[in-house]
Amino acid sequence: MQERQIRESIEEVRSGRLPRRTFIHQMVSLGLTAPMASMLLMHAGVANAQPAQAYKPTKRGGGGALKALWWQGATLLQPHFANGTKDQEGSRIFYEPLGSWDRDGNLVPILAAEVPTRENGGLSADGKSVTWKLKRGVTWHDGQPFTADDCLFTWEYAKDPATAAVTSGVYKDVKVETVDSHTIRVTFAKATPFWATAFVAAEGMIIPKHLFGPYAGARSREAPNNLKPVGTGPYKFVDFKPGDMVRGEINNNYHMPNRPYFDTIEMKGGGDAASAARAVLQTGEYDYAWNLQVEDEVLKRMEEGGKGKAHIIPSGDIEFIQLNLTDPWTEVDGERASIKSKHFAFTDPAVRQAMALLADRAGIQQFIYGRTGVATANFLNNPAKFRSPNTKMEFNVDKANALLDAAGWKKGADGIREKGGKKMKFVYQTSVNGIRQKEQAVIKQACQKAGIDLELKSVTASVFFSSDVANPDTYGKFWCDMQMYTTTMTQPDPERFMDQYRAHEISAKANKWQGRNIARWRNDEYEKVYAQAEAELDPVKRAALFIRMNDLVVGDNAIIPLISRPRVRGASHKLMTALTGWDLDFSGLHNWYREA
Amino acid sequence: MGSYLLRRLLIALPSLLGISVVLFTVLALAPGDPFAEMALNPNVPPEVQANLRKQFGLDDPIWQRYFRWLWAMVQGDWGFSFISRVDVDSLILQRVPVTLAVIGASQVIALMVALPVGIYSAMRPYSWFDRIASALAFVGFSLPTFFTGLLLILLFSIKLDWLPFVYRADIAATGWQWWWEHLRQAIMPVMVLGLFQGASWTRYVRSAMLDVIRLDHVTTARSKGLSDWDIVMKHVVRNALIPVVTLVALQMPAIFGGAIVTEQIFRIPGIGSLLIDAILRNDTPVIMGVTFVFSCLVILFNLIADLLYGWLDPRISYR
Repeated sequence: MQERQIRESIEEVRSGRLPRRTFIHQMVSLGLTAPMASMLLMHAGVANAQPAQAYKPTKRGGGGALKALWWQGATLLQPHFANGTKDQEGSRIFYEPLGSWDRDGNLVPILAAEVPTRENGGLSADGKSVTWKLKRGVTWHDGQPFTADDCLFTWEYAKDPATAAVTSGVYKDVKVETVDSHTIRVTFAKATPFWATAFVAAEGMIIPKHLFGPYAGARSREAPNNLKPVGTGPYKFVDFKPGDMVRGEINNNYHMPNRPYFDTIEMKGGGDAASAARAVLQTGEYDYAWNLQVEDEVLKRMEEGGKGKAHIIPSGDIEFIQLNLTDPWTEVDGERASIKSKHFAFTDPAVRQAMALLADRAGIQQFIYGRTGVATANFLNNPAKFRSPNTKMEFNVDKANALLDAAGWKKGADGIREKGGKKMKFVYQTSVNGIRQKEQAVIKQACQKAGIDLELKSVTASVFFSSDVANPDTYGKFWCDMQMYTTTMTQPDPERFMDQYRAHEISAKANKWQGRNIARWRNDEYEKVYAQAEAELDPVKRAALFIRMNDLVVGDNAIIPLISRPRVRGASHKLMTALTGWDLDFSGLHNWYREA
Repeated sequence: MGSYLLRRLLIALPSLLGISVVLFTVLALAPGDPFAEMALNPNVPPEVQANLRKQFGLDDPIWQRYFRWLWAMVQGDWGFSFISRVDVDSLILQRVPVTLAVIGASQVIALMVALPVGIYSAMRPYSWFDRIASALAFVGFSLPTFFTGLLLILLFSIKLDWLPFVYRADIAATGWQWWWEHLRQAIMPVMVLGLFQGASWTRYVRSAMLDVIRLDHVTTARSKGLSDWDIVMKHVVRNALIPVVTLVALQMPAIFGGAIVTEQIFRIPGIGSLLIDAILRNDTPVIMGVTFVFSCLVILFNLIADLLYGWLDPRISYR
């Protein structure tokens, strides 16, 4: 039924009855990521939309300086060593991938001559290989030509375990070969529906063989160009101070006409989000600010300064609550929260459902997040084609009370429910963060009305999010009844995102609590559907499968999705950016310009 | 004097060793992980993290790691940052000029305020000038720098729009323009730090002066009919400066240590912000490097202060 509907919509797009954009929005509201939606169309042979952004400047340069503020400054400029997005952003000024994702999730060619499709022979019928045609006439900043050898080298470099590249996950399981000087073929071991990972977006930045060649493997740290990037990007490297400043100047040999617009670029680090917002929105000292994690009230007040405004861009990140299905307080086989134990309350589906009813998501959005969060009942929210229409969110204390009464949880003398001598007292942990503590308070208040006592606990972020095996308070251990955090979706395709509910990913002592299934939820149907989706080449069926997975997790209430968190960026009124929720902020940097 | 110096330096060695042991153990016991950011990213396989930990030797026992660090340090190898994979000494050297310029300038301002105001207040105790100066000094050192910093930003950057509040170490200008830009962005942080320091020093100078001004030799000088200026400059200030010099000398390491809070507010890329970033990211080699330099400086300036005593007060001798 799902599948048929999607197919019909695709036909409508093909015949022109349904605008492409509308289709993608529909799909996003079904819980798919935008890039996945556009891959549906690509697969069905509906041509990729030409990026509709109007780039107005008619000549290269002349735009003066672009000043961007990153409150966490870039600490290194080698994309394959990046500790986090800040480093990838700093590298992306100079390095480029073959393609990147635009706002609607379309794959846009950067160093590729065209996006591979079935029609142009780029995608093989069995889904096991992709052939990329590279743009000709592109040169590195030092004048050397860019060829297929550089792609091949980047693959060899990143996949080598001795290099210790953080991108190795993308490259270690694929095979890359050169077809001719400007064509490469990426081969997968099995049919791969989402093939646009190697050489695409943040992890796809290509590094020059002639400079990094001698430094692959164990000597990777010694390469002088780790700190002096030489790429193909719109700006050339000038100066770098780790944690503080990245500076670049115009690349007059850039491979796209009339681009870039700015003569110089600087990316300044340090400080905090609120003052970064102030420097862009209120005083106009800077043109652009990254990640404005500031309450919407404050942002609005700063926008009244009239120098800039906040841009809200949909993304797949989600703030959610996990309910522990195992017993975090007693040791079983020398392990707390062992998968062999059972939580006294949360293994009861009625309790889980009641907890979901007690989460006032609309209130949290309205009073805490404002424009910077969207209340949701889905775990998988974006791109819209993967968003499930089958779930709904409800805040209803009476219904929760009725459910708990029916399940045999009776209120005691102190007003707290109990069953079999066990009182409904839960410890609810999250990281220290003003917004999160407010959310905790909202949930606690509602639970109180239903006779559930929550003890709120907050752990310093650097401890909570660490993988420190010795610390009992990490989110990975989840030695607590409930916990809340935001999980990020770094790829437009949900395959990697949704594997965090599979049984083999269960976080346990055996895997040093590195497993991604932290809620320790298990479901046989989920495993089956996931395996199906992994091998499903037909993107429509695949989308339907992912929606089904979302419904399984959410329907079982092992997790309670709260807020889908879009990206919040600040830019001066005159700055025309090309921002996307599916790639780095600087992925469209070549298209940025300032309106007169 | 020579043997005294040698003895002091020899005593300094075990204390430096002790400091490094304590620092290293505390850092190793502190919770956290330099690769936490990676752990949150589902695209980075856990093997990569494990591999990095092994490569950087994080899985070895603490004592092994400590001796490896110590041995490298003795040979002049400071190690490299886990986060940026840059050598620690070059990271620190990068930050030194800005720190020296900003913090150094603020100490100069502090002295320029504290000396004249303190001396004049002591010459006319309980006059109107003294009362106003004292009141302002109390206000000055009871307001924390993060508060005055924000206050100045609010006034001069946001309301008046005169001064920038984001400090940029490299300014793409030359000649007068360069100096002007640097001056404009440095005014606020230098004032915040300088006035805070100056306020407390003013009180020290004043009380030291008052102690000396009552002494007999001053009365003698006065009865000889010397001018007021000569008495104050030759007979009072020189003696009163002894405790002040100690205070200033002991403050010197702080110049290199930077001012963590102020650097954060104005985004000054100094050593203080390097240290705080390193601490937040559990970047042990950088924390060790910075704190070790800092403890060396404390010990060194303690020694210098002791030597200065003897020069200022010949009654003190070194044995």
